Amino acid sequence: MTVAILPLSLEAVTYEAQGQRLIDSLSLVFGAGPRSVILGPNGAGKSLLLRLCHGLLRPTSGRIAWACPGTGAEVRRHQAMAFQRPVLLRRSTLANVTYALALRGVARRHRRELALAALERAGLAELAQRPARVLSGGEQQRLALARAWVQEPQVLFLDEPTANLDPGATRRIEALVDGFHQNGTKIVMTTHDLGQARRLADEVLFLHRGKLVERAAAETFFDRPRSREAAAFLNGDLLW
Amino acid sequence: MIEFGQAFAAAFHLIATFDAGLVEIVALSLEVSLSAVALAALVGLPLGAAVALYRFPGRIVIAALLNAFMGLPPVVVGLIVYLLLSRSGPLGVLGLLFTPGAMIIAQWLLVTPIVAALALQTVADLHVEYDEQLRSLGATPGRALWTLLWDGRLSLVTAVLAGFGRASAEVGAVMIVGGNINHATRVMTTAIALETSKGDLALALGLGLILVSLALAINFAAMAVRDLARVRHA
Amino acid sequence: MVTRVLSLLLALTLLAGGLHARADDNAGRFITVASTTSTENSGLFAHLLPQFTAASGIAVRVVAVGTGQAIKLARNGDADLLFVHHKPSEEAFVADGHGVERFDVMYNDFVLVGPAGDPAGIRGLAETPAALARIAAAEAPFASRGDDSGTHKKELGLWQAAGVDAVAASGTWYRETGSGMGATLNTASAMDAYALTDRATWLKFANKGGLEILLEGDPRLFNQYGIILVSAENHPHVKTADGEAFIRWLTSPAGQAAIGTYRIEGAQAFFPNARKAGS
Repeated sequence: MTVAILPLSLEAVTYEAQGQRLIDSLSLVFGAGPRSVILGPNGAGKSLLLRLCHGLLRPTSGRIAWACPGTGAEVRRHQAMAFQRPVLLRRSTLANVTYALALRGVARRHRRELALAALERAGLAELAQRPARVLSGGEQQRLALARAWVQEPQVLFLDEPTANLDPGATRRIEALVDGFHQNGTKIVMTTHDLGQARRLADEVLFLHRGKLVERAAAETFFDRPRSREAAAFLNGDLLW
Repeated sequence: MIEFGQAFAAAFHLIATFDAGLVEIVALSLEVSLSAVALAALVGLPLGAAVALYRFPGRIVIAALLNAFMGLPPVVVGLIVYLLLSRSGPLGVLGLLFTPGAMIIAQWLLVTPIVAALALQTVADLHVEYDEQLRSLGATPGRALWTLLWDGRLSLVTAVLAGFGRASAEVGAVMIVGGNINHATRVMTTAIALETSKGDLALALGLGLILVSLALAINFAAMAVRDLARVRHA
Repeated sequence: MVTRVLSLLLALTLLAGGLHARADDNAGRFITVASTTSTENSGLFAHLLPQFTAASGIAVRVVAVGTGQAIKLARNGDADLLFVHHKPSEEAFVADGHGVERFDVMYNDFVLVGPAGDPAGIRGLAETPAALARIAAAEAPFASRGDDSGTHKKELGLWQAAGVDAVAASGTWYRETGSGMGATLNTASAMDAYALTDRATWLKFANKGGLEILLEGDPRLFNQYGIILVSAENHPHVKTADGEAFIRWLTSPAGQAAIGTYRIEGAQAFFPNARKAGS
């Protein structure tokens, strides 16, 4: 039984780059369970926040602490991330998934089977031998999620995963994300799509100019936003 | 101008009769240059990738040196290798001077910087694209090095081809360390130099035509492979 | 796909290596001789050496470079034998302890070639220094080896005898190519210049252009070749026994006859003159 890495707590986390303060003294705690969706206008720091949590960036000041001890790399083993543009290797669809399994130390003889099962789940089994780079945008993102699936993550970060996809592909991705959620994986996602947020979020974190302005259960946030900025944002008035 | 016609005739005659001397020279040229390039790839590809990926003191200097050494004059390399391999030199006991082995070593020194510098560039570019995803997946820097090299294989084919071009075309290094010995260390370029010095310009040019054709053939083949692979993998 | 190509390349390299090994006479005894480009370019070795190999089973590998470089190679122990054509340098080589003993092998001669139009008017002269003096006076183009070779040293000696400091004019009418005989003749041919060359290289040279022999027969143009075994004192790895076998054969009636029968354009190119045993 692996040790739980949640809850994740951020204490007064600040991130600066090129003289600009992009994340401003942010404190919060992510607990297991609810699907957390991060909203905010452009430049609010949503992507940065994900990367800081996932350990891809180090905060300028403040503390990011997971529940279990260990280095960033060790804790990252129990997390996975999908990017807006899926980053796939120049190999077959199947090989992209077995690569992730190889990194996790899974024995060679088991990799193919596990990978195929993950592809099956994502509806990609027939494309297993296709070079990953010739897949459509939606298929590539599904592949990224199949790859994440075999990582058995306790936390799945998603950075605007369907921003470049059509509604049909978007629905399929959302279904896969839901699959993770049903399996007990904590979902932390950013999105521009308010409809998607309404569909998927259990709770909403609203960022503006690097600050956490509001955090509430989804229903509460959408129907009765407390902050001025959130209200303006939901109205389409807050551009940045 | 008569020379060009005579050159084509000379080249055609050599090829058509499967001239034993020509076969010997071509075989040795390929053996030396291909071996040198293979060894250069073995060392240069991971070297360039490592300099691209790892941060260490003097990194910028190494990168600059690799780039600069792409232009090492072959005759200078030949001289240095001669001084090392000469019986009066530090590595004289190896008895490598005037053997194909010495020629491979000299060409290896010429080609490795080319392969390394181009690999460095390719891997550095890929690093920008892949770094976050690879770290997210849990790849160590060492693992990432080989992953990026494999993923960049299409561009790296070009780098290796550039190295082969350099090796097969140079004469200064192999002349000094090989000695252009008949039936032992005579390759296409040194044979051309010899025929030129004998005033047999038509034959020299004919040999040159064959050399260029060989290089062209190899390049076309590699480009075809690369384009096919590119269509597959985008 | 790329893996398949890589395996193909590997197979190609091995194949080339195999072809090479088959054609190579690597697997037997061999000696290394440092000699000059002029001797190589004359084609003598292709005629002579197979006869020695047939008689002795020893292959001969000739590294043909300028005389200066050949002497350096021999001194470094990178060759077993030194076979050049500049007696003073050869005797110094032995005197300094680098070589065992010097033997005369053969001679030919140098000739002065130049443009058929002969701007300096040297055709038919008997004395080389006088001819050179005329070339200097006319400032007619002259292509020199300029590479410290036997030919070059001979040429400098002749300028000295003519009382002309040609090197001072380097870059004007006196052109130092710093190259072998063939390359220098190529330059002379292209520039319609005078040049000093050994007869054998000249006979064999295929790019004469408008040049022809304008002066020959002067005893000063005598060109003696000598062979020396590199001393094993400094270089224990030298193949003394096989090297001695080569010298013995070269100076024997069989070797001397082989030298004498070498023809270029029907003319004898080298004249054997090894001292007979006991004389």
